[in-house]
Amino acid sequence: MKVLAAMSGGVDSAVAAARAVDAGHEVVGVHLALSRMPGTLRTGSRGCCTIEDSMDAQRVANLIGIPFYVWDFSERFKADVVDDFIAEYAAGRTPNPCLRCNEKIKFAALLEKALDLGFDAVVTGHYAKVVEASDGSRQLHRAADWAKDQSYVLGVLDEQQLAHTMFPLGETPSKAVVRAEAAERGFAIAKKPDSHDICFIPDGDTAAWLSERIPSATGDIVDLEGNKLGEHNGATSYTVGQRKGLRIGFPAPDGKPRFVLEIRPKSNEVIVGPKEALAISQLAGSRLSWAGKEPVNIHEPLSCQIQIRAHADPVDAHVVFLDGELVATPIEPLNSVAKGQSCVIYVGSRVLGQFTIDRTVSAVSQPVP
Amino acid sequence: MSVYLDHAATTPLRAEARQAFVGALDILGNPSSIHSHGQNARRLLEESRELIATELDCEPIEVVFTSGGTESINFAIVGAFRAAKEKGKTRILVPQGEHHATIDTVEWLVKNEGAIAQWLPVDEYGRLASETLESVLGEHQDCALLSLIWANNEVGTIQPVPELAAIAADYSLPVHVDAVGAFKHVEISFRDTAISALSISSHKIGGPHGIGAVAIKRNAAIKPLLHGGGQERGLRPGTQNVAAAVGFAAAARLPKSNMQVLRDELIFGIQRDIPQARLMGDPINRLDSNAHFIFPGAQGDSLLFLLDAEGISVSTGSACQAGVPEVSHVLLGMGLDPSEAIGALRFSLGVDSTREDISQLLRTLPSVYAKALKAGLSDRNVKSNT
Repeated sequence: MKVLAAMSGGVDSAVAAARAVDAGHEVVGVHLALSRMPGTLRTGSRGCCTIEDSMDAQRVANLIGIPFYVWDFSERFKADVVDDFIAEYAAGRTPNPCLRCNEKIKFAALLEKALDLGFDAVVTGHYAKVVEASDGSRQLHRAADWAKDQSYVLGVLDEQQLAHTMFPLGETPSKAVVRAEAAERGFAIAKKPDSHDICFIPDGDTAAWLSERIPSATGDIVDLEGNKLGEHNGATSYTVGQRKGLRIGFPAPDGKPRFVLEIRPKSNEVIVGPKEALAISQLAGSRLSWAGKEPVNIHEPLSCQIQIRAHADPVDAHVVFLDGELVATPIEPLNSVAKGQSCVIYVGSRVLGQFTIDRTVSAVSQPVP
Repeated sequence: MSVYLDHAATTPLRAEARQAFVGALDILGNPSSIHSHGQNARRLLEESRELIATELDCEPIEVVFTSGGTESINFAIVGAFRAAKEKGKTRILVPQGEHHATIDTVEWLVKNEGAIAQWLPVDEYGRLASETLESVLGEHQDCALLSLIWANNEVGTIQPVPELAAIAADYSLPVHVDAVGAFKHVEISFRDTAISALSISSHKIGGPHGIGAVAIKRNAAIKPLLHGGGQERGLRPGTQNVAAAVGFAAAARLPKSNMQVLRDELIFGIQRDIPQARLMGDPINRLDSNAHFIFPGAQGDSLLFLLDAEGISVSTGSACQAGVPEVSHVLLGMGLDPSEAIGALRFSLGVDSTREDISQLLRTLPSVYAKALKAGLSDRNVKSNT
């Protein structure tokens, strides 16, 4: 096949590209320029977006003998990922920009351009598996190494996208194997640090970065009964489940710590309460996608597992399609469910699909049956 | 068979230059040494200087060797600015659409040394009108320097340098000309043109990389950037690169070749096969080696990639930031919208370009354009349910 390897300059995408070459594919390497004003040198744990990263990617392309180009997706990235990130926070939600980048940039803008230019697929260094089902359709599965598994941030891909996607690292037992392979192949980046932070926030200080971009005003911190407990300097800088930094000044009557339960951007209120009040009995959303074929009987409750954050453990749940949205009911109530995150639905290792959480039902406010 | 149509980026080493260059590599001696070895090296260096002076129609003493075009331009602008600043003149006049070696140098002086940049508007071909220059010179008494490119490196437009320089001379304004792209394409007489400095580069004319020169009039006020052993009249100290100078001179003395016939075949061929394509730059007063087109609706980098896959090397013409072609400031200066400018491709010919090169490009380009057009429209939606 003629494939396009997206090369960030990191170890994973480098080894993925090399494996695609070994597999006999005709490979072209592309580095995505996501900023119009990239820094020159890498700093901290950011793993992309600087000129140094682009040069790292190019050196790997030289070594494995493939043509290499840099394609500019900075405008699309700003519109679809950065601006979306800001707008979601401004609306009191907690977005996942990596997932959005996969959905809108790597497996949309890049993939579309690749297909139009005559490629068959895009290759990335993600840890996940694309499995061909018996009927020929594609399924998304967790990587062999569940510790490195990135299927959560790929859960937004649909069957068409999966049909044009290759993840050569999916079966790899661990990241150490990938690093060792990179060293063996002579890649200078074999020991390059992993990236953790959000790539477009240079110093990793998300709250400060957001505060420069979202107008904030002093507002009230209130309890579930609506009593004012204190003031905040901008509701959108809080996250559901947050305990520290509330600065209320006096303890709750029962002496127990208070947690952020909800952010209400319209009234500029931050709602706080006891830990128990964080418990969510149901979560739902209408922005949904299926990572492969749509389940035939989703109008009946489906036994599955759901994962509500990139690094959360999956929990047992039922999911059903009802009144235009997917509704997930975990067997045990879930804590710290943030709106705006993706709820990814798993059956075993397989990703069934996902929805963006835009509604939750509190476990404690439910009427006693 | 691969086709190289990016000679404006760099062009192959000419056989004569290679022979002279390689032959000189074994010459022992520092041209500043007093002994016979040194004198021998010095002789080769000065012969090279004389050959280049002949080509520029200037005096050998006016030729100062540098490491290349960018250094020449930096030196000519910064050195002249610092000299003028001592007399209270800080305004640098620069037409829009200059090379980044000029723009970035001027912007650096604005930021760090109190220069005032006056960007002069150009017409749709990228030409600076005499009246524009006249009016600015009439208006400002603090002008330090005019720096302009003789032949635009992207669109190939040739500026009316002698005419503009004559106007500047009326106001006793020093003029630096970036002739990196024009040297050996345009008739240059440093002697007869009222300019104080002129920059050239070796590898653009088929000489070795890493050497260039700046011609500086005897009476020009200019400060050196480097300080050291006093070489090159103290204006550019440092042990000279004799072998490279010899190779440079060997390339410079080769007769000018005229690529206009072949270039016109290319231009007419594109206009015939892709009627939507628009020729940029002056249709008449342009480099004989340059053809520059906008391909509406396509992205230059898609076109470049697809042509590269077919073994054809071209350029988007504009500067790159980390491998990404910027939207050309030259085209924006000529009044184009960024959405149009993004579809630019520059084809530049060299002395070894052949009719077959042009045919191969013309055979390939229509299908490449069709494909890039599809990719540029972004109308495909892989994901079905968003």
